[in-house]
Amino acid sequence: MEKDIQLTKEDFTSDQETRWCPGCGDYSILAQMKKVLPTLGIPKENFVFVSGIGCSSRFPYYLDTYGIHGIHGRAPVIASGVKLARPDLKVFVITGDGDGLSIGGNHLIHLFRRNIDITIILFNNQIYGLTKGQYSPTSEKGKVTKSSPFGSLENPFNPVQMALASGATFVARSIDRDPKHLAETLARAAKHKGTAFVEVYQNCNIFNDGAFISLTDPKEKKKHLLKMEHDKPFVFGEKDEHLLAWTGKKFAVASSDMKENGREILKHNENGSGPAVEFMLASLSHGPELPTPIGIFRSIEMETYDEMLTQQVEHAKEKKGEGDLKKLFTGGYTWTNN
Amino acid sequence: MSEKDVQELERVTICFAGDSGDGMQLTGSQFTNTTAGIGNDLNTLPDYPAEIRAPIGTTFGVSGFQIQFSSSNVHTPGDSPDVLVAMNPAALKVNLKQLVNNGIIIINTDSFQSRNLTLAGYASNPLEDGSLDGHQVFPVNITGLTREALNDVDLSLKEKDRCKNFFALGMTYWMYSRPLETTETWIGQKFKGKDALIEANTKALKAGYSYALSTEIFTTSYKVPKAEKQAGHYRNITGNQGIAFGLITAAKKAERELFLGSYPITPASDILHELAKHRNFGVKTFQAEDEIAGIGAALGAVYAGALGVTTTSGPGIALKSEFMGLAMMTELPLVIINIQRGGPSTGLPTKTEQSDLLQALYGRNGESPIPVIAAAGPADCFNAAFEAARIALQFTTPVILLSDGYIANGTEPWLIPDPGTIPDIVIKQPRTDEEYLPYKRDPERLSRLHALPGTPGLEHRIGGLEKQDVTGNISYDSDNHDKMVRIRADKVGRINRFVDDPELIGKDHGDLLILSWGSTYGPILAAVEKVQKQGREVSWCHLRWINPLPSNLSRFINNFKTVLIPEINLGQLSKVIRAEYLVDARGFNKVRGLPLKTSELLEEIDSILKGLN
Repeated sequence: MEKDIQLTKEDFTSDQETRWCPGCGDYSILAQMKKVLPTLGIPKENFVFVSGIGCSSRFPYYLDTYGIHGIHGRAPVIASGVKLARPDLKVFVITGDGDGLSIGGNHLIHLFRRNIDITIILFNNQIYGLTKGQYSPTSEKGKVTKSSPFGSLENPFNPVQMALASGATFVARSIDRDPKHLAETLARAAKHKGTAFVEVYQNCNIFNDGAFISLTDPKEKKKHLLKMEHDKPFVFGEKDEHLLAWTGKKFAVASSDMKENGREILKHNENGSGPAVEFMLASLSHGPELPTPIGIFRSIEMETYDEMLTQQVEHAKEKKGEGDLKKLFTGGYTWTNN
Repeated sequence: MSEKDVQELERVTICFAGDSGDGMQLTGSQFTNTTAGIGNDLNTLPDYPAEIRAPIGTTFGVSGFQIQFSSSNVHTPGDSPDVLVAMNPAALKVNLKQLVNNGIIIINTDSFQSRNLTLAGYASNPLEDGSLDGHQVFPVNITGLTREALNDVDLSLKEKDRCKNFFALGMTYWMYSRPLETTETWIGQKFKGKDALIEANTKALKAGYSYALSTEIFTTSYKVPKAEKQAGHYRNITGNQGIAFGLITAAKKAERELFLGSYPITPASDILHELAKHRNFGVKTFQAEDEIAGIGAALGAVYAGALGVTTTSGPGIALKSEFMGLAMMTELPLVIINIQRGGPSTGLPTKTEQSDLLQALYGRNGESPIPVIAAAGPADCFNAAFEAARIALQFTTPVILLSDGYIANGTEPWLIPDPGTIPDIVIKQPRTDEEYLPYKRDPERLSRLHALPGTPGLEHRIGGLEKQDVTGNISYDSDNHDKMVRIRADKVGRINRFVDDPELIGKDHGDLLILSWGSTYGPILAAVEKVQKQGREVSWCHLRWINPLPSNLSRFINNFKTVLIPEINLGQLSKVIRAEYLVDARGFNKVRGLPLKTSELLEEIDSILKGLN
């Protein structure tokens, strides 16, 4: 079947004019998504994109697939209903840091723990864009915005940590200015069976320009960005001269010739490096000195909710037979009036 | 043993009351099944505390079960019991004030000890202080007699004491000439494999019966002859069961999978429980993380092609209102069910009320019309749920179904329909060989066609932003918005052309028109039957749909001297009717968390008619 599906990115371009601000990071995510979708071997009519409210949530309008632009924060629940009713569909959730982590935070964590087969892309620009520039749940503490003229008093969420802690089976991070990495990560997430979560660092050039500049600036980024690769050591630096070493409690920077000193180097294991390592890796993005990792933090297989629900239905039909209204109505105590 | 007197009665109301651990709901349901089996018409109402296990012996831990049965038609569980079975002082205290004058009280004297009296708030023993004068009191040491009857059964004392409700049940079976077989069969099935429990419960039941037969306390037993009821196969059904069955049937007849997204809430949870049992019908129930997720998942399932339903009570509706707006805007067939309870806020979770009508009609931002249908009684819940689903699917609109705690938990006999005679729900699908325009409408119904994901060539996007007419693309155009607001109102408004008008009972003019909706049906029917028999000029119309209002109402509503609207709220339908028809409708409003009483309504009708003449 899959081989018969010949699709291109043009097939996924809708007739609607894209209306994000010029220079917005969302364009890059849309472009990479259009590149990835034709490669998945899934018929176009089986894709459903669900979004909430915010700049990111306009995404479904620009793709020629089935789509629902929902209400603020609630895309995960709509998507859950779509997938549970129709497990044959490939369902995406498009959300942002405000939509997914503030007003809709509750739904996101419950989706993670249920492991419904849905791919979630969270555009994190660390600001409220559509409402014109208030601090978001991922904004850094002290951020001065229209709603926090004296500085925000709130600690930011770390979306990757939240996903890991809630039991998501696939957790990754990528960045809008690295199209190749972004495309690869989106493809991996889309192919994962179970709830897949990708945080995408996305620049809002109007209200929070340069939020990720240290990770995207060609001169700077090698110092601050750590690209995690499965079964490879955590190497970074302008000439890959640094290495992240695991002390048993935390990460520390070592030089990449550490191995010669006779100590074992920790290699990245996507498929279960354990909560301590996963969690500490996730925390690096919010620390002052260590590099920010992008790539896949966790990718494990686990039975999905939608599969188990389908099994319950099938088992019930096998055991009790296909539902029969007459039997249903007359179950329990009945009597006849003549 | 002397020959005892047997008297014939037309109708009787019994209330079984005890501690929430005394098994009163079970006792009541056994009495109900037996009574149904011998052909009486009946109606029941459980009344249990909000607390799961309130402290034993207290008034707020009292659990009651009321049944009215008769040789003629029964429409309510009865205003006031003729008989009270009180298993402890608290049960007596809570229920005595409802009892008719000279009512029968059967008391378990073993529980009338000082500690229980104190817990119930009695300063002196009502059995001794004369406070029960004016009633026929039958003091029976039920606990002691049960223990005695189970002397040689191999069970602990605690287990034996749990059988005392069957002793009480046995006594009432003798008093009202009921056979024991139905309950004996039930005991055998329920405790299959536990012989000691079968023996104990059967013995307790029989001992109660024999005690009442042989003792000199009870001098009279009563007979309530069979009722003239439509021939057919019956079962007893609660409103919540009726809704669950109605939804399963609608899904089957529409060839859609049934998907319920719900969050547990009293008194709606039993619909979730019932539907969760029926996976073999392809029913998928999803217990969501909150009320919003419940409706959101249901709406997602609808978009994907299921019959999507969400069930809740008033506080849940408040949380769901934004999603209801999205369902209305995207014109998707979602069924929203509100089992109303006492409000506002958390209110009275286990009590009944009709106070969410205006919330259902208007509780959303913007011009947001949603059809509203109300169920009239437990058995009618089946029809109302089926009808709600049919209209939702055929008109591509969310529909709100209103029920309430009274009919949700109350039961009445349901004439089991032949599934083959229930019509299919036909849903039009868009064609794949022409351009799909998501908001192109059926000229008659103004419904749109809903293309299901997975259909090649019909890919489209919908959402909560205003739509351009026909294409469904986002539009901020002011004239288009004005047009769409009117189309959505018109679409809901014209549903009354496609549903049955409510029946006008009585003449289309006269002194008094009673207008009503929802669960007040039973008490009002009982009152109207009575006054019409007396030859008085009273007509009655009970609404099924409240939005849209029926097209026939304007033809007669102005032909009456008085329009009376009884409701369990402060006059919510009254407001709508006054605004819509410019009539000086008056309300009859009681907001006590209880069903309306037929007797009170009769008094009100009397005083209105007296004032007119």
